[in-house]
Amino acid sequence: MKQFRQIAERMAKVMLTLSGGVTSLAILLIIIFLFKEGLGLFNSAAVENGYALCIHSSNPTQQLSPWQIKRIFDWEITDWSEVSEKKGEITPFRLDEIFAMYPEDEFGEDYELLPQKLGETIAQNPNIIAFLPEQYLPNGNQSVKVLPVENINIADFFGGKEWLPTATPSPQFGALPLIMGTLWVSFFAILIALPFGLGVAIYMSELAGTRTRKFLKPTIELLAGIPSVVYGFFGLVVLVPLIQRTLNLPVGETAFAGSLILAIMALPTIITIAEDAMRSTPRAMREASLALGATPWQTIYKVIVPHASSGIMAAVVLGIGRAIGETMAVLMVTGNAAVMLTSLFQSVRTIPATIAAELGEAPAGGAHYQSLFLLGCILFVITMIISASAEFIAKKDHNKGI
Amino acid sequence: MNKKTKQKIAFSIFRLLGLLIIGILFWILGFIIYNGIGVISWEFLTAAPTEGMTSGGIFPAIVGTLCLVAGSVIFAFPVGVMSAIYMNEYAGNGWIVRFIRIMTNNLGSIPSIVFGLFGMALFVNTLGFGDSILAGSCTLGLLVLPLIIRTTEEALKAIPNSYRTGSLALGASKIQTIRKVVLPMAFPNIITGLILSIGRVSGETAPILFTVAAYFLPKLPTSIFDQVMALPYHLYVIATSGTDIEASRPIAYGTALVLITIVLLMNLLATTLRRYFGRKVKTN
Repeated sequence: MKQFRQIAERMAKVMLTLSGGVTSLAILLIIIFLFKEGLGLFNSAAVENGYALCIHSSNPTQQLSPWQIKRIFDWEITDWSEVSEKKGEITPFRLDEIFAMYPEDEFGEDYELLPQKLGETIAQNPNIIAFLPEQYLPNGNQSVKVLPVENINIADFFGGKEWLPTATPSPQFGALPLIMGTLWVSFFAILIALPFGLGVAIYMSELAGTRTRKFLKPTIELLAGIPSVVYGFFGLVVLVPLIQRTLNLPVGETAFAGSLILAIMALPTIITIAEDAMRSTPRAMREASLALGATPWQTIYKVIVPHASSGIMAAVVLGIGRAIGETMAVLMVTGNAAVMLTSLFQSVRTIPATIAAELGEAPAGGAHYQSLFLLGCILFVITMIISASAEFIAKKDHNKGI
Repeated sequence: MNKKTKQKIAFSIFRLLGLLIIGILFWILGFIIYNGIGVISWEFLTAAPTEGMTSGGIFPAIVGTLCLVAGSVIFAFPVGVMSAIYMNEYAGNGWIVRFIRIMTNNLGSIPSIVFGLFGMALFVNTLGFGDSILAGSCTLGLLVLPLIIRTTEEALKAIPNSYRTGSLALGASKIQTIRKVVLPMAFPNIITGLILSIGRVSGETAPILFTVAAYFLPKLPTSIFDQVMALPYHLYVIATSGTDIEASRPIAYGTALVLITIVLLMNLLATTLRRYFGRKVKTN
C-alpha cells in the first residue's frame, strides 16, 4: 500500500513538472512553425508558382528583379535599356495573346502544338518577354531562353512599398506600408489614450472617494472585457459614419477611426497599470510634499507622477502592445487599403488585419501564404520586444524602490 | 494664475475624464442594448439563420461557441492548473520558475491573430485536424492557458504557508497536502480564473478565423471534426460581408447583444465570486 502511494506520488510529480513546461513548449512550437513557414518565402521565386518567363536567346538580359518584372508587365518599363545592355522596346507577352494570333484548331486537340506555336512567336520577336505556364514551355526551340528569376529577398520584403500578393506575373510582397500602417495607427492610438488614461488613473488613485472608485473599477474591467469584434462593430456603425459626417470625408473608414477604437481598447490596460504605479507611492513622500506647502496638484505632478514614471512607461509600452496586435476592430474600421500612409484621414491596413483578411484566400504553401506567416513573425517579434521591455522597465522600477 | 486655480482646473479635467470613461462604456453598451433588445426573441435564440443570414436566428452560432468554450476549457484548465501547482508548490524559486513565468507572460502577450496562424499551421495542416472544433479548441486553449495559470498561481499564493506546514507536520505527504488542504482552499479563486477564461474564449475571433469558423452552416456539429459557426465570427461576417448588409443589421445588433451578454455576465460572475470568497477567507 505504501509503495503504491509512493509510486502514485512520483507519477503526480512527473505530471505536474511536465505541465509546468507546457507554456515554454507552446512558445517554442509557435516560433518553429511561424518561422519555418515564414522564412520559406525567401526561397520562392518571384514569379507565380508554375510559371516562367521566356525571352529571345539573342537577348543578353541575365536576371530581372520582381519589381522590374512587375513594372515591365504594367508598361512602366518600356525599353530593354532600362534593365540590361540590350536596346529596343519591350514587348510583354502573356499566354492568352497567342489565341488571338492563331485560329483555335491549329493548337491540336489537347493543345499539344501550343508550345511549338509559342516558340515560333518568341523566335520572331527579339524584344519579347513572355510569361508562360511551365507545362507549355517551348523547350526544344533554340531561339528561346528561359529567364532565371531572382528569389524574393529580404530587402524587397521590408523595403518594398507595394503589397500586391495576387498580382501576375510577379506578386509584390512589399511589407513597408503594412508595417508603417500598424505603427502609425498604434502610435496615434496611444497619443489619444495616454493623456486620457493618465487623467483617469490620477483621478482614481488620488481624487476619487472610495465609492466612486468602487464604481470606476468595474467600469474599467467591463471595458476591458468587451470582445474586440464588438468594438469593431461599434466602430463600424457609430464611429465611422460619425467621422465621415463631422470631418466631411469621402469615406469614414480611416486610420483615425482605427486609432480611436484602439485608444478605447488600450485605455483599461493603461489605466490599471498607471493607477497601480501611482498608488505605490509611499505615504511619507506625499505627506512630506504636502507638509512643505505644496498643493495636492503640485504633489501629484511633481512627486507622484515622477515616482510612478516607470510604471507609466510600462503602461504605455503594454498599451502599444495591445494596439499593435489587435486584429478584428482594426480590420473592421480602417478600410484596409495597403498603401503608404500620408494622412491620418486615409484608409490604412495593419499587419494583423492583412493576415486576417488574406489568409483564407492564400493557398497553403504558396508564396502568399508564406508571406502572411512572415508578417506573423514580424508581429511576434514586435510583441516579444514589447513584453521584454515592459519587464525590463518594471525590474528597473523594483530596483529603484530598494 | 495662482496655484489654487491651477489645481481647480486640473482636478476638474480629471473628474471630467473619469466621467467620460463611464460615458464611453454606457455609450457602447447602451447603443448595443438599445438596438439589439428588440431583436431578441425565443425564435432568434433557437432558430438557424435563413435567407442569406438576413433573418432567422443564431442558434448554430450559440451552439458553436459553447462547443469551443467547452473544448478549450477541457484542454486548458487541467494543464493550466497543474502548471500553476508545479510553479507554486514544487519548483521553488530557482531559474526554472523564473523562466517558466517569463514564457507564460510572453505567451499571454502574443496577439490573438498569431495564435490563429499557429493553429492553422500546426493543428489544421500539420496534424491534419482540418477546420474543426478540435483545432479551434486547441488554439483557443493555448490562448487562455496563461490566464488560467496566472489566476491559479495567485489563488495558491494567497494561502498562508502555515496551512501547508501544518498539514505536512501531521504526516501528510506533499500530494496529500495539495489535494486535501491547498486545492480546496484555493478552489473558489481557481474557479474565478476558469470563468474569466470562458468569457475570454467566447469573445475571441481572430484565432478561430482559420481553424474552425464556418461562414454559414445551419446544421449542428455531430463530431469534434466538424466545422461550426461561432458568435464573434458570425457578428464579423454579417457586419462586413453579408449578402445584404442593411437587411442583416438587426441580426448583427442581436448577435452583438447576445455575445456581450455572455462575456460580461462571465466577467461579472467572476468579480462577484472573487469579492464574496475574498471576504470569506479574510473573516476566517
